[in-house]
Amino acid sequence: MGSLSELYQSLILDHNRSPRNFRSMENADCHAEGYNPLCGDQLSVWVKLDDDRIEDISFQGSGCAISRASASLMTTAVKGRTVAEAREIFDRFHRMITGQADSTSEKVPAKLAVFAGVAEFPSRVKCAGLSWHALKSALDRGPEKVSTDDEPDVRQR
Amino acid sequence: MAAVTAAPGTVRSGLALDVGRVRQDFPVLRTRIHGKPLVYLDSAATSQKPQAVISAMDDFLSHWNANVHRGVHDLSQRATLEYDAIRERVRAFFNAADSSEIVFSHGTTSAINLVAHSYGGSVLRSGDEIVLTEMEHHSNIVPWQLLAQRSGAVIRVAPITDRGELRLDALEALLGPRTRIVAVTHVSNVLGTVNPIRRIADLTHAAGAVLLVDGAQSAPHLRVDVRALGCDFFVCSGHKMLGPTGVGVLFGRRDLLEGMPPYEGGGGMIERVSFEETTFAPPPARFEAGTPPVAEVVGLGAAIDYLERTGFDRISRHEQTLLDLAYEQLRGFPGLRIIGEAADRASVLSFVLDGAHPHDVGTILDQEGVAVRAGHHCAQPLMRRLGLISTVRASFSLYNTADDVAALLRGLRRVREVLA
Repeated sequence: MGSLSELYQSLILDHNRSPRNFRSMENADCHAEGYNPLCGDQLSVWVKLDDDRIEDISFQGSGCAISRASASLMTTAVKGRTVAEAREIFDRFHRMITGQADSTSEKVPAKLAVFAGVAEFPSRVKCAGLSWHALKSALDRGPEKVSTDDEPDVRQR
Repeated sequence: MAAVTAAPGTVRSGLALDVGRVRQDFPVLRTRIHGKPLVYLDSAATSQKPQAVISAMDDFLSHWNANVHRGVHDLSQRATLEYDAIRERVRAFFNAADSSEIVFSHGTTSAINLVAHSYGGSVLRSGDEIVLTEMEHHSNIVPWQLLAQRSGAVIRVAPITDRGELRLDALEALLGPRTRIVAVTHVSNVLGTVNPIRRIADLTHAAGAVLLVDGAQSAPHLRVDVRALGCDFFVCSGHKMLGPTGVGVLFGRRDLLEGMPPYEGGGGMIERVSFEETTFAPPPARFEAGTPPVAEVVGLGAAIDYLERTGFDRISRHEQTLLDLAYEQLRGFPGLRIIGEAADRASVLSFVLDGAHPHDVGTILDQEGVAVRAGHHCAQPLMRRLGLISTVRASFSLYNTADDVAALLRGLRRVREVLA
């Protein structure tokens, strides 16, 4: 089990206290809601596209420090990126928090690396993944509501 | 129990629980979590097991294991005698009138489903009403919802006050000529509220309905006398009352059980079977299809023996003292709000902390060795009523101490440091 200071890094605490892009969006092109049945938390994610580029992204909802900070950092990490780039970051992020990353080739944007410690807290992996699942569903024009139970997030041990 | 020798002028220690001794009976309490002693404050999720329960199951499986109500061989007969003897001990434990009123289920949930299917399924007609309360666990909501969908019955919900007490006046107003079933928790698994079951039973019977009491959170902590409570069904789980998982108890009034059709079909619950027709055994066998959880029943028997030996007067007083201490101390913690302020409470204490999500609190407390529950506690309608998504819940059992309360407080200060 990892240490608390790895889980609750100052960047995470900062984004928990003052989440970026924490607002709803009127003219979004796509939207989805992530739901974690384990704790009842839910986050909405809105995306405004310019062609295949994420022009704007925002989120709102209730969540723990990990899920809020993850959502906030996600918005800053993918804003301005193409949809394909965002999907690639999602895949790498997902592998990182589930402890499946191959550290040499799997780079996530530096600020997202603060979530590497989550892999050592299996009960918190779904918190870190909540907003990303919502983003993926929004980009896929998938279901409006996506549950963290729909994907096997927690590594078997 | 050790003989008590109270010197003149000293406190009558015979009424106090020797918690140091109790703790020695629970081997799991020697476990260390992240290098720290385990402070187990999650007994409302599942209680820990005394050595007596572990040994009884070990002994049965090691030396006496056989199926029940089947064989002519000695082992099977011994197992059957033991199984039936424990049914009688459970009857005495709950003060039921007859051991045929005690059905072994797989837990509280399966017992409620049994009553919903068998009793509810045969009694309810379209437009009939089932009355629940806002403080029910999902397992005392969903089986009734499924029943309502099948039967066309309607669910009515009795509200609670902001303090977390059931509004008896509102409950009474909900009861009417179409009310068939009232299903109420004895002790709320979120608020700790102890509901006035006797009053509710009287109101229910005056309306011509039957009362099911969800005793999952009361059976481990309070003396339950089903006849004094006046309930028609009482259900509980072995694993929350020091016993193993996989076994529960359904008490049902004999005249009701006798009129109820089977829930599950299979071996053990029949009188005579042909391909054309089957006649069913009388209760309780009618409701125990298939091989029952024999080893678990043995464990449950040891658990209730342990509770009886320890004494509910001592257990209740000890737990109440701890609960009061925890309330007192947590109330003074900056930014902490206690959820549930009923006058009559047992065992459970929920709270929320400003600026700290329950999941973060749970993770940080865990690093300090303190095990609590964080979440909606399978009571989402109650959470909505309270305007919350989740809470932190500390729950106390006979093996907890004032040191455990102190560890919880230390842990909460650590939460403030980490999330500062």
